[in-house]
Amino acid sequence: MSSQVAPVEAHDHHDIRPIRKAAMWVFLGSECMFFGSMIATFLLYRNDTADGPGSEIFDIPFTSASSFVLLMSSLTMVLAHNSFEKRDGRGTRIWLAATALLGITFLAGQIYEFTEFVHKGLTLSTSPFGSSFFMLTGFHGAHVALGVVMLLAMVFLSLDGRLHEERGLNVELVGLYWHFVDIVWIVIFTVVYLLQV
Amino acid sequence: MAQTAHRSHPTPAMYWGIALFLAVVTALEVAVPYISALDPVRVPLLLIMGAIKFGTVVAFFMHLRYDKKLYRTLFLFGAIGVIPLFLVVLLTMNAL
Amino acid sequence: MVLDTNKDLAEPKGIWSWITTVDHKRIGLMYGVTALVAFFVAGLEALLIRLQLTTANGTVLSADAYNQLFTMHGLTMLLVVVMPVGAAFMNYFIPLHIGARDVAFPRANAFSYWLFLFSTIMLLSSFVLGGAPDGGWFGYAPLSTQLDEFVRMDYYAIGAQLLGIASIMASANFIATVFTMRAPGMTLMRIPVFTWMAVVVSFLLIFSLPIFGVGLFQMFFDRNFGTQFFGGGGDPLLWQHLFWLFGHPEVYVLILPAMGIVSEVFPTFSRKPLFGYPFVVFSGIAIGFMGFGVWAHHMYTAGLGPVAEAGFGVATMMIAVPTGVKIFNWIGTMWGGKVSFELPMMFAIGFVSLFVIGGLSGVLHSVVPSDYQQHDSYFVVAHFHYVLFGGGVFGYVAGAYYWYPKWTGRFLDQKLGQWHFWLMLIGFNLTFAPMHILGLNGMARRTYRYPEGLGWEFWNQVATFGSFLIGISFLFFAWNLIKSRKNGRIAGSDPWDGRTLEWSIPSPPPVHNFDEIPVVEHVDDFWHRKYATDEDGRAVRMPEVSGGTLAADTTTGGDGEENQGSSDDMHMPSPSYYPVVAAFGVMVTGYGLIYIPGGWVAAGVGLVITLWGFFGWSLEPVTRDADHE
Repeated sequence: MSSQVAPVEAHDHHDIRPIRKAAMWVFLGSECMFFGSMIATFLLYRNDTADGPGSEIFDIPFTSASSFVLLMSSLTMVLAHNSFEKRDGRGTRIWLAATALLGITFLAGQIYEFTEFVHKGLTLSTSPFGSSFFMLTGFHGAHVALGVVMLLAMVFLSLDGRLHEERGLNVELVGLYWHFVDIVWIVIFTVVYLLQV
Repeated sequence: MAQTAHRSHPTPAMYWGIALFLAVVTALEVAVPYISALDPVRVPLLLIMGAIKFGTVVAFFMHLRYDKKLYRTLFLFGAIGVIPLFLVVLLTMNAL
Repeated sequence: MVLDTNKDLAEPKGIWSWITTVDHKRIGLMYGVTALVAFFVAGLEALLIRLQLTTANGTVLSADAYNQLFTMHGLTMLLVVVMPVGAAFMNYFIPLHIGARDVAFPRANAFSYWLFLFSTIMLLSSFVLGGAPDGGWFGYAPLSTQLDEFVRMDYYAIGAQLLGIASIMASANFIATVFTMRAPGMTLMRIPVFTWMAVVVSFLLIFSLPIFGVGLFQMFFDRNFGTQFFGGGGDPLLWQHLFWLFGHPEVYVLILPAMGIVSEVFPTFSRKPLFGYPFVVFSGIAIGFMGFGVWAHHMYTAGLGPVAEAGFGVATMMIAVPTGVKIFNWIGTMWGGKVSFELPMMFAIGFVSLFVIGGLSGVLHSVVPSDYQQHDSYFVVAHFHYVLFGGGVFGYVAGAYYWYPKWTGRFLDQKLGQWHFWLMLIGFNLTFAPMHILGLNGMARRTYRYPEGLGWEFWNQVATFGSFLIGISFLFFAWNLIKSRKNGRIAGSDPWDGRTLEWSIPSPPPVHNFDEIPVVEHVDDFWHRKYATDEDGRAVRMPEVSGGTLAADTTTGGDGEENQGSSDDMHMPSPSYYPVVAAFGVMVTGYGLIYIPGGWVAAGVGLVITLWGFFGWSLEPVTRDADHE
């Protein structure tokens, strides 16, 4: 933090960071409800396949691999945060970029998976099963994509030393968001994939 | 604010250890559906392992174990509250 | 972007300063004014509905127009009027109540307001752009998912979604503010009750709106992408669950701020502390929790099975307990107090009386067999207007009369206020009490006409007459608000001999609220600074009011700008136009989505504008001099 005038919002002797983190955590609590609703919808329709493809088309080995990729991106994210706290600019940049890369790999896997399913006859409009599956994993993918955009933005900001923790876009907050996206996938992987095969 | 006492944060070595642990649990999870002897306990087993992974990431990678109690409260309202709500929904719709 | 000059703390002027403002007080006022305008629009819709129903076989409206009007009346009143009025009071008074200089995230706060305004404009524009939503504010499938018309329920799906996003952001903001920015000594159990209720409301919104959001997305996908969530092989009951998981907490979102307001009004005008402060707070929290567990009592007739119906019935009856606790606490506050019947007090007493009537008919609905008879009848309409209008609106109007002096430095006119109160009270009861009778006689809601010979004409005529009295009463109110701003009696900083911190600063408050952040030692801290207690427990005014400017400022009433001392370390957030840019982009995206496939282009353009707004926002420094690059 800067030693001179602390750029606080609207309060004299307060560090803005805990305020932002409190808001982030309550937002994540809110997101639990968001994904919870979609997971419940999927569970409701898990057998409503309208004679189209059902959970038997899941490719568990493939999804396990992409789950592993996303899980490891949480490791690189926490290492980025760790480097950032130690003011290690290069380390921060490398780990942030690694996290973004793992995120992109995961997204590529999801695109591949979706394409496969569509070829096998499962689309958004095939059945309630298809609708709820694509909506849930699609919204998760959109969250990952947003995370990747923020990670890449931070990589570029760090290049000319403009990555501050006073900014709304900072390593700690994006980190929390990223880990959250990961734990949502942990639940989806268990409930949507492993429990249905 | 009131709670300023922080437990010391984990080191990078610990992060790698935690990631290894998560990877092992994931491998076990994937193995469960292939072992027919575990079929009777498959559902609770998978749910427990998923919950362990969820908790580990939240506690260590997201530092919730080391941070203010307030954050825990704010998050767990949503993370735990969602479960009974939708259990009831699914029960009334005969989907469980 | 930095827009202002060197004078951080002076009140900026002009339209641009309002568009770029991040001041929670200005944002609160803008919420209030917008909601009031929407209130008149939705009120006109209600009057048209009443005109149509005055006689049997009414011919004022077509069935199609009637469907649009009752849908938009409900949607507007709930999401665009009452909720934002609550947000107006919360914005203005949360920071003042807890001794802070602003909310936690001033720019996010501005974004919430602009997104709310733009979504409101979007919803109302639907009347001329292809037809307004016509599937009821509850939007039940399959009415909402049928595609006989092109865009109507898309307006519902997208408009409500955007309003929800604005509310979630505002709620996260309020929670962060209350939990992390309280003045020294302001422990949680010293927060004014209104702010406590605001916290409960914020939690309700933040955990219930995402569920509604998913339901709205599903409805939108069903309509536009051929998914089968509620139609096809899907189950329309899922929508009912998702909707009421939000919709029931929502009714507490509407009523709790009003309860908070009267909990401030009763002690002030009874000159006694609130009776059982902790009970009021905890019963508010209890209502919040229980509000999440009773949603299915809206769905008894959907056939959930006896176990679920019994469970939800009992839970619903239980919710009357914390509500009753509050009512007894308000009565207990007045009991033995020196009650003065100023206008805010009259409206607050109106609130309690009418709310009790509505609450009792609510308990009738919790009984499943009884509800089977009343479901979808005018009895239900009577019930929820007694709680939401008799309760909610009376409470908010009480708040307006109570705090208008703080906003403007002047009182609202007494005489006009009396006209407003009595016309509204009489008109309200004439409008909604007959609906109990109509409902029990079998008149169904949402039907646009009824045949002769059922004996419904008389009470419908009474109701229509009453509704116009309500309309006239609000003309008095509007005139009063406009006229008193310039010509009202000067109020000074503490006109009611108030108890909470907002009365310790000038009226209207300066940009930075507090010259010095107060140190709090009691519930009702400001009262304790003015009064000591003698041996018999009576309040005795202290000779000298601590805190300097209090007594001195009573005559200016206009501006507090001279109090800018000790501001060397004070950095108010700078104005920013990025919030309004981002919100505008979101609206353009929304319009695009409504008109897909042709609208994809607009959606893309909107997304680009949104991203520009958000990136500019996240990269600009919060205060002008924060960044030394």
